[in-house]
Amino acid sequence: MDIILDGVKQAIGLLIHLDPALLEIVALSLVVSGAALLISMLVGIPLGVWLGLRRFLGRRLVVTTVYTGMGLPPVVVGLAVYLFLSRQGPLGELGWLFTPKAIVLAQTILALPLVVGITMTAIAAIPRELVLQLRSLGATQGQINRTLLYEARAGVLAAIVAGFGAIISEVGAVMMVGGNIEHKTRVLTTAIVLETRKGDFALAIALGLILLALTFTANWLMLSLQRRLDSR
Amino acid sequence: MTHEIILSVRNVRHQYGERVVLDVPRLDVRKGELLALVGPSGAGKSTLLRLLNFLEKPTQGDILFHQTPYTPENLPLHLRRRITTVFQKPMLLDMSVRRNVAYGLRVRGERDGRAREDAALRSVGLQDLANAPARTLSGGEAQRVALARALIIEPEVLLLDEPTANLDPANVRIIEAIIARANRERAMTVVLVTHNVWQARRLAQRVAFLYEGQLLEIADTRTFFEHPSHPKTAAFLHGDLVY
Repeated sequence: MDIILDGVKQAIGLLIHLDPALLEIVALSLVVSGAALLISMLVGIPLGVWLGLRRFLGRRLVVTTVYTGMGLPPVVVGLAVYLFLSRQGPLGELGWLFTPKAIVLAQTILALPLVVGITMTAIAAIPRELVLQLRSLGATQGQINRTLLYEARAGVLAAIVAGFGAIISEVGAVMMVGGNIEHKTRVLTTAIVLETRKGDFALAIALGLILLALTFTANWLMLSLQRRLDSR
Repeated sequence: MTHEIILSVRNVRHQYGERVVLDVPRLDVRKGELLALVGPSGAGKSTLLRLLNFLEKPTQGDILFHQTPYTPENLPLHLRRRITTVFQKPMLLDMSVRRNVAYGLRVRGERDGRAREDAALRSVGLQDLANAPARTLSGGEAQRVALARALIIEPEVLLLDEPTANLDPANVRIIEAIIARANRERAMTVVLVTHNVWQARRLAQRVAFLYEGQLLEIADTRTFFEHPSHPKTAAFLHGDLVY
């Protein structure tokens, strides 16, 4: 029990004194996961809207693929990205392996199906008559899509939260493609694994607390945004 | 007497899969009139309304707006914005009553619509509920918001799909008064789908009878009710038509 209490005390100290090593890890985590989430949103939300609205040949196959993607094992994603980015791999020339770019790529692959799938489900749940009503009121397809996104905002925000939650807390793929290199690719989750193995529980606990706080803050911000939108 | 034709149906046959839901060789909607489409459930009334609003493309035949045939794909936006529909379900957005009413103005890029919003809300008697969440309204209030949302954009043609179905008599009276005012005072062309023949008689200048996807009769309201020419129309009016 003492080891935990000591760890927590030291962790609070590190947090209060804004330990530079700690800040560097937190900053890199936010940058890579933020970038991956942003890419997933920019690609995934329009794709989710499109899939939610359109009926086409082969849609079931696409939807099944998206749902499968929502449950992708991170280590398998890590392995695939590793193989693609390794020197002998088809994208080896990019030189991304063991760089933050590789982590962004792996995290995007993990978050994208979640953003697409949950957005698609939320949009598909909107009655088709509403689309006709909006068209009848003179809305263009772009305006209809934006209105539907607003109507499905709870689902879309859930998609973003799910995407962020999946990647900020992910360790397997990040470890494989990032390599946990100090000052370069060390992020919160990989650092926790490393510090725990080293026995530096204070830093591990501090990092864990920050990870929890980040996830809590992200969810709180999303809920606040939803409330703000609800009151319009 | 000649009448300016605003919307026309020519040789329209519409199918869902193998099932023919509408087969209307000719129907003209006159500018400024209130035309009621009556008929039993499943007669194709709502389908016809969707075709007239260019929300669906007929399987065969043409819908003409100001004598020119268009499809949902090639109807220019400025023309599409001159026709609107109020559906049986109000289909309100999850926002305030005012923002719902203003929707048509916003998509047209009209930013200073506050005075028009107030006027539209007053016209349906809902000025006190302007800031209420639309989804907290009663059925009658919600339908009045849907009407205000359509009227604020001053459409050339207003299509109404059973706007008073399932409403209490007080709300039916209010909504009928709003529809009549739009038609008479603003000279708005109105096509009203209703299965309530008394409502058609109260509001319309002409009535068309649809049965199993076919237009069996169209006449001025008095003739339609007093001297129906088709036996099925007579049976429908007398409540003898079993469907």
